[in-house]
Amino acid sequence: MNKRKHKKIFSSADNALEDVLFNGMTIMSGGFGLCGLPENLIIAIKKSGVSNLKVISNNAGTEGHGLGLLLETGQIKKAISSYVGENKLFEKQYLSGEIELEFNPQGTLAERIRAGGAGIPAFFTATGVGTVVSKNKETRSFNDKDYIMETGLVADLAIIKAWKGDEAGNLIYRKTARNFNPVMATAGKVTVVEVEEIVQAGDLDPDHIHTPGIYINRIIKGEGYSRSIENLTVREK
Amino acid sequence: MSWNREQMCLRASQELKDGDYVNLGIGMPTLVANHIEKSLDITLQSENGMLGMGPFPFKGEEDSDLINAGKQTITSLPDTSYFSSAESFAMIRGGHIDLSILGALQVSRDGDLANWMIPGKMVKGMGGAMDLVAGVKKVIVLMEHNSKDGSSKIVENCSLPLTGKGVVNKIITNLGVFEVNNGINLIELADNVTKEDILEKTDTDVKFSS
Repeated sequence: MNKRKHKKIFSSADNALEDVLFNGMTIMSGGFGLCGLPENLIIAIKKSGVSNLKVISNNAGTEGHGLGLLLETGQIKKAISSYVGENKLFEKQYLSGEIELEFNPQGTLAERIRAGGAGIPAFFTATGVGTVVSKNKETRSFNDKDYIMETGLVADLAIIKAWKGDEAGNLIYRKTARNFNPVMATAGKVTVVEVEEIVQAGDLDPDHIHTPGIYINRIIKGEGYSRSIENLTVREK
Repeated sequence: MSWNREQMCLRASQELKDGDYVNLGIGMPTLVANHIEKSLDITLQSENGMLGMGPFPFKGEEDSDLINAGKQTITSLPDTSYFSSAESFAMIRGGHIDLSILGALQVSRDGDLANWMIPGKMVKGMGGAMDLVAGVKKVIVLMEHNSKDGSSKIVENCSLPLTGKGVVNKIITNLGVFEVNNGINLIELADNVTKEDILEKTDTDVKFSS
């Protein structure tokens, strides 16, 4: 009998987030486009009504999907993202000044989160040298090449999506739904994961675990996944 | 006369060398994949976390968990691997990707690239473009030579916000192929295009090697 059994497993998204949400908090949200989004947890945040959120996520969802749901309710105050092109509502809120936006190059965003989770307060990268991204940032030269300093990111809460998880919180992702989820798992003061299937400890091969359970505080079984596709592209047989 | 989009993509595909790991940007660069010589061993990277990108799926076989950086449904190959965004950009930033083909709004004579933002219009974000141009070994721009209003996209200095400074190695347009090395050097003319056409349609000096 695993002593940890059920300690991390929560019955619902609402339940798992109930006592961790507060106004003005920073939330990291996994996914790339509509792929690998913590859909159930986003809906629970919407229902909670928590506001003035600072959200760190590669994209801002689309209308009716992902973080688009929290834009509709005006719960997001600031977003740190690399690309928000697909969201008209975001555009409207940004242009009217309702929402603040900080663009990070995608690799810099991923590395800032990785660094934050790994206890590294800052690092140097060549990405963005000579562009607006380097504005007000320390520049240093290593081996005759210029680099800018970027800081690590952590969040009050990270919400992520995985394919399978066991009761210890060990996770496996599926295909390109992995994306930002494993790095965000490491950078939340509290990390909550939703999975398609909760399995018993021992059911996942330890050699195949993508995210070790230490990073996961709470786990729920997600339901009703939309399997949405932004750009359906097919070829004829 | 000049090259059409199909011919531009075909010409760009000839830049790929056997064994290359390649990242293709969103838009026209993605179409270069359709022209890769079958005998070549080319591995396509998608920055959302995939190495070994296959073709679009057959209708009905699409998988919402399997997309490329343009959020298009795609397929895997026998040698495919998946990884996180941090790992993906470690590959890119760390100089492990041989070649990236990207679109552009402007390229300067010094190889400065502007391809992510037009002031006054909605800013969509740079996505992975700044990381790609900073880290990939060779950067090729694939674009129309002139914008819709006729202005040259090859310029003395970029007026638009930069994606990277001095990062472009080669430019392929509908009018020809240019190497960026101490200025813009024409290395190949498109079909039925003359040096005079190039000079007339380019807003910076172009050197002709022959």
